[in-house]
Amino acid sequence: MFDNFPLWPARASTASGNVDALFIFLLIVSGLMTLLIFTALVYFAARYRYRRGVSAEQIEGSIPLELTWTTIPFLVFLVIFAWGAVVYFKSRTPPRDSTEVYVVAKQWMWKLEHAEGQREINELHVPVGQDVKLIMTSQDVIHSFYVPAFRMKQDVLPGRYTMAWFHATKAGTYHLFCAEYCGTQHSGMIGAIVVMEPAQYEAWMSGGSTGPLSATGEKIFAELGCATCHRTDTQGRGPNLQGVFGKPVLLEDGRTVTADENYIRESILDPGAKIVSGFKPVMPTFQGLVSEEQLNALVAYVKSLSQPVATPTSTAAATQQDNPKAAGSQVQ
Amino acid sequence: MSMATATIQTVERENYLNKEYGVGSWLFTTDHKRIALLYLISITFFFFIGGFFALLIRLELLTPAGDLVQADTYNKLFTMHGMVMVFFFLIPSIPAVLGNFLVPMMIGAKDLAFPRINLLSWYLYIIGGVMMMHCVLTGGVDTGWTFYTPFSTAFTNTKIVEAGLSIFVAGFSSILTGLNFVVTIHRMRAPGMTWSRLPLFIWAHYATSIIQILGTPVIAITIVLVAVERTLHLGIFDPKLGGDPLLFQHLFWFYSHPAVYIMILPSMGVVTEIIACFARKRIFGYSFVAFSSIAIAVFGFLVWAHHMFVAGISLYSALIFSLLSYAVAVPSAVKVFNWTATLYKGSIHYDAPMLYAFGFIGLFTMGGLTGLFLAALGIDVHVTDTYFVIAHFHYIMVGGALMGYLGGLHFWWPKISGRLYPESWARLAALIVFLGFNLTFFPQFVLGYLGMPRRYFHYPQEFQVLNVLSTAGATVLGVGYLLPMIYFLWSMRYGKPAPDNPWNAAGLEWMTSSPPTTFNFETEPVVTWEAYNYDELDKPRREEVKVVG
Repeated sequence: MFDNFPLWPARASTASGNVDALFIFLLIVSGLMTLLIFTALVYFAARYRYRRGVSAEQIEGSIPLELTWTTIPFLVFLVIFAWGAVVYFKSRTPPRDSTEVYVVAKQWMWKLEHAEGQREINELHVPVGQDVKLIMTSQDVIHSFYVPAFRMKQDVLPGRYTMAWFHATKAGTYHLFCAEYCGTQHSGMIGAIVVMEPAQYEAWMSGGSTGPLSATGEKIFAELGCATCHRTDTQGRGPNLQGVFGKPVLLEDGRTVTADENYIRESILDPGAKIVSGFKPVMPTFQGLVSEEQLNALVAYVKSLSQPVATPTSTAAATQQDNPKAAGSQVQ
Repeated sequence: MSMATATIQTVERENYLNKEYGVGSWLFTTDHKRIALLYLISITFFFFIGGFFALLIRLELLTPAGDLVQADTYNKLFTMHGMVMVFFFLIPSIPAVLGNFLVPMMIGAKDLAFPRINLLSWYLYIIGGVMMMHCVLTGGVDTGWTFYTPFSTAFTNTKIVEAGLSIFVAGFSSILTGLNFVVTIHRMRAPGMTWSRLPLFIWAHYATSIIQILGTPVIAITIVLVAVERTLHLGIFDPKLGGDPLLFQHLFWFYSHPAVYIMILPSMGVVTEIIACFARKRIFGYSFVAFSSIAIAVFGFLVWAHHMFVAGISLYSALIFSLLSYAVAVPSAVKVFNWTATLYKGSIHYDAPMLYAFGFIGLFTMGGLTGLFLAALGIDVHVTDTYFVIAHFHYIMVGGALMGYLGGLHFWWPKISGRLYPESWARLAALIVFLGFNLTFFPQFVLGYLGMPRRYFHYPQEFQVLNVLSTAGATVLGVGYLLPMIYFLWSMRYGKPAPDNPWNAAGLEWMTSSPPTTFNFETEPVVTWEAYNYDELDKPRREEVKVVG
C-alpha cells in the first residue's frame, strides 16, 4: 500500500483531490512568502553588516508600506479562507442518496453496520464510485474517524450522531485511524477501509447479512411496544412516524425542527426534550434500555418509513435506502 | 545619556546579588530581580523535566512497535510533557523571568507595583509545581494536556483532580504576574517615559498581561467543573449525565488558544529589542509593532473554535472561526515585515542574541505560515490531530517562544549576572538549536500530511523513516539546550565581569550598573528621548566605551 518512505498520501476519494489542490496552492503561496522574507533577511543581513565607520540610517517607518503589507496578506488570506470553506462545505454535505453505514466507536474498536445488515469490526468494505454516508456515535469517550487516503476526519461523540461521507475512487486497502486520543489503546484503535470494484463488492455483500438494518429496527420497534402509540393512523398517543424523517416538525413550544437522525435519537432517549405539537409528554425514556446498535436500527427503521416509494414491507423499504443507481444492480 | 555618569565602576560594588546572603534573603525577598532569578531556577528545572519526557517519547517512536515503555506509560509521558512544558515552563518563561527582571528597569521604576504579590506569585507557582511533581511521581495523568471530556471526567483512573488543581494554583501565579505588570506599566513609568517611548518589550508584556488576566480565570473555572463532575458526578460535560462534551472544548480553548499568545507575545518583544540593538536602529514602524501586539491579544480571544473544526460544531460557526483565524494572522505578519524592514540600512552585528533572533524569525515565519494551512477549513479536516499540528505548534512555541527566551537570556545575561558568557560557544549553541529543531520538527509536517495521528504509541511501518529523522533531530536539539545551561553556569564563576552596557544598547536597563543595585537606579531617571535612540548612542561611541572600561 505504501513504500517505505512516502512523501504523499494515497489519493482515493473525490475529496482527496480537492484537499490536495488547496494544499499545493498553499505550499506555493507560503513558499513564496517564505522566499520573500528569507531573501530579504539574508540580503539585508549581508548587505548591511557592520562596517567600521558606516553607521545605520535611521528610518521612522512608512505608512504606505505598512498598509501594503497589511492589505496584501489579508487579501491573500481571504482567498485561502474562501477556497478552504468551499472544500470544507463539500466534504461536510453528504449527497442525498448516499449509502448509509452506521458506526459505533468504543474503547478501542470500530463497529460498523451497513444499512443492508452486514456487520464489520475494524474493517469497512465499500465499493468504488458510490457515495457513502457514515452515521457515527460513541459508546464511551470521544473518538475520531480518520481515513488519510480520503482526507476525511470526523470526531465521534457519545450521546449524539455526527456525520461524514466519502466517495471512494480507487480500489485498495487504506488506513482507518482513531484520531482523537481515547485512552490506553488509542493507537491500537485502527482498522482498514477496503475499497472494492463494484462487482467484487456485490459478491462480498451477498454473504453474511442478517437482513437489512431497518428490518432489525422494525423488530425492535415491535418488541419495545413502540407501535402501540406510534400507530400508522392518526389515533395514536404518539405521532404517526410515516414520512416524518427529513421533514420539518412543528413542536408544542412553537419551534420547528427538522426530523434528522439526531432528532430521532433524542426523541427515543429523552422524549421530553422536544414535544410534537398536539401531543402530550407521555412517552417514557428508553435511555439505558436500548444499546447504541439497537438505537441505530430504530433510526434506520424510522428512516425507512419515509422512503420516496412507500411500500408496506420492510424489506422493500430497506432496499430503497440504497443509492438508486446501485440498488438496480444489487444482487441480494 | 546623563544617567551613565551616575555609576562608578568598582571591583565589588554593591548590587542586588551581593547585598544580602543566605537562603532567607532569597526566599523572603521582594526584589523583582531576585524573584526573577527564583523563577529562572524553577522554570529551568521544569524545562529539563519536560525535556526528559520528550526524550523518552522520541525514543519510543524510534521504532514502529511500542517496545520501550507500556502504552499507559507512553500516554502519561506525552501528557506530562505537555502539562509541564505549557503550564510550568512556557507560560511563565519570559514574563516571569525576563519580564520580572526588566519591566521595572525598562520603565525606570524601583520595583513592580506590588513586590509582595510578586513574591506570592512565585510561591503559588512553586506550590503548583510541587503538586504537579507529586502527581507525576505518584502515577501521573494520561488524558493529554487537553483533558478532553468525558474521558477525563468519567473514564480515566489517573490523577486528574490533583493535576488540575496544580494548574489551577499555578494559574493564579500567572494572573498575579499579569496584574502586577499592568499596574506597574500604568502607574510607575519614570517622568518622560510616555506610552510612545516605551520599549516594545513593554508593549508586548502589556498585551500578554491582558490575556493572562482575562483568560486564565476561564481555565481555572473549567478545571473546577471537571473536578466537580469527576468527584460529585454532576452532569456538566458527560452526555451520560446530561452534559455536553463540546462545552468543555469551548471553555478549554477559550483560554488555551490565547495561552499560545501568552507564550509568543513576550518572545516577540524580546526579539524586537534584540533586532533594534544589533541593527543599531530604531524599530521600523514602532506604532504598528506596538499595536499589533494589542491586536493579537484582542483577536486571539476570538479564534478558539479553530481547534474544533472536526469536533462537531456547525458549518457556519466553523466558517466564522476560520475567518477570524486569518484576521489574527495579519498582525503577526506585520511584525515579521517590520523586523525585516528594520534590518534595511542597518549596521548589523552577529552576536549570539541576534542569531537567536534570526532563528526566531525563520521558525516563527514557518510556524505562522503552516498556521494558514490549519486555519483553512478544507485542509484542517485532513491534518488536525495529526503530526502536522504537532509540528506547527512546536514551530511557534519552541521555535518561536523558546528561541526568543534563549535570545533574551543571552542578551540580558550580562545585566542579570554581571558576567559575560563565552560568545563563540553561544553562537555554536544557537546554530545547533536551529539545526536540531528543524531536523526534529520538519519531518513531522510530512508525517502529518501523510496521516500519522498524534498521540500514537505505535504506528504503521511506513512512517518510520521520518520518525527516525525526528528522533535524531531531538538528540541534537537536546545538546543545543544543554550547552547554554553549562556555559551560563560556568560564566557565573569564570566569566569576564560585564560592563554596564556591553552591547551599547538603548534602554534604561542599560544605564544602570551590571548587575543593578537593589533599587535599580541611583536617582530616578528622567526620559527625554524616544525609544531605540541608536543614532545618539552611536555618535559619541568611542569616548563612552573608554569610560565604561
